[in-house]
Amino acid sequence: MTFSKLYDTPATAVADIHDGATLLIGGATRNSEPTALLVALLASGVRDLTCVCDFADWDGSEGVLQLAHAERIASIISPFPFAGESGGVIRKQWQAGALAVEVIPQGTLAERLRAAGAGIGGVFTPVVLGTRFADGRETRTVNGVECVLESPLRADFALIRADRADALGNLAYQGAQRGWNAVMAPAARITIAEVDVVGEPGAIDPELVITPGIYVNRVVHAPPTGEQG
Amino acid sequence: MTDDKERLDRAIIAMRVARELPPGATVNLGIGIPTLVSMFVADDSIVFYHSESGVLNCGPLAEDGNEDIDLINAGGQFLEPVPGMAYFSSVDAFAMIRGGHVDVTILGAHQVSATGDLANWMLPDRGVGNIGGAMDLAAGAEKVIVAMEHNDRNGNPKVVQECSFPLTGKGCVSLVVTDVAVMEPTPDGMALREVAPGWSADEVQSVTGARLIIPDSVAEYEV
Repeated sequence: MTFSKLYDTPATAVADIHDGATLLIGGATRNSEPTALLVALLASGVRDLTCVCDFADWDGSEGVLQLAHAERIASIISPFPFAGESGGVIRKQWQAGALAVEVIPQGTLAERLRAAGAGIGGVFTPVVLGTRFADGRETRTVNGVECVLESPLRADFALIRADRADALGNLAYQGAQRGWNAVMAPAARITIAEVDVVGEPGAIDPELVITPGIYVNRVVHAPPTGEQG
Repeated sequence: MTDDKERLDRAIIAMRVARELPPGATVNLGIGIPTLVSMFVADDSIVFYHSESGVLNCGPLAEDGNEDIDLINAGGQFLEPVPGMAYFSSVDAFAMIRGGHVDVTILGAHQVSATGDLANWMLPDRGVGNIGGAMDLAAGAEKVIVAMEHNDRNGNPKVVQECSFPLTGKGCVSLVVTDVAVMEPTPDGMALREVAPGWSADEVQSVTGARLIIPDSVAEYEV
């Protein structure tokens, strides 16, 4: 029997994502979001989701926006939760009290995810000191520098996008696609990767694997044309 | 009055800021006027661009027809590929910023205070704001330069004695370049360094919220 993390369809790969789950959603802009997985998630009907993502209400992040439009999101943790201009569905739901928003500096998000993935109990950083983000926070002076404690941010599922995978879940990316996807892969209990190309073990040169398969539980082949298979 | 006085356009602000970039510097450009700066870096001056999107040593904005969907800056704009680029994850992108490896960042602002406090992520009357990587850059870059219009759309000064908007960083700004003046926040207050052509120091003061420290002679912008 051959070992494989390959799932037949996006729907089967997200089938056990439950109401109230916390999700890491990879990508920032164009070509880096797990579009097929988000479409399948929308169709599954799950709700009360906590979504952690870079851009939420932006026309390059269609999947998260569709979940918001369908009122499936209970909470968003993001550096860019709101549309650039006034208006936007997330702002509207937030103002109506239907959705909670935590605005988080990008570097803090990155370090909290890394801490979760690496089993670290937290990170002390001087970023945010002197701003409202430091109000009421635990601080400590480290080597003469005052720092704020940031806790690990761990999720139930990570939905990420890569360029190519092998059946063992080793991933490689194209350009800026790597950004948040590679950071989120280690930080969830179950990580699901949507990729353009799937190969046998060995298809990716081990020197060029960016996300080792140990961080990836499921792989779905979803070429950008929308064909699956 | 100064209402009808000519102010410098955005490209000239960017041109003036470009002169502040030392050869060999690693530079992160924010959205807006800062993005224009890369157009005015002299050809014989090597500057390395860092983008939070996970790209180092990228070129300026891509020409039409030369867009690569996987080569973008933090604002989602397409970048020009150049030899010697590197891609990396967001953990590395922000380790570079927070670890002090980025020499200069150029940011826009809603307000800058006399002592260099920066407010650029939230307009209180909107009630919401996106922080992005601004706090990381304000805290981590070796030098923070603000490039902005001197006054907002309603004519309110953006260079103020104390910021009334939520802060991005405290005492982090080292130079402010606007469409009427170049200024330097100091522990004693905002020092006027240069004025736009045709502007006097008193005229700049009249559109500025902070009390300016005005030297005996003030140079005009060299543009």
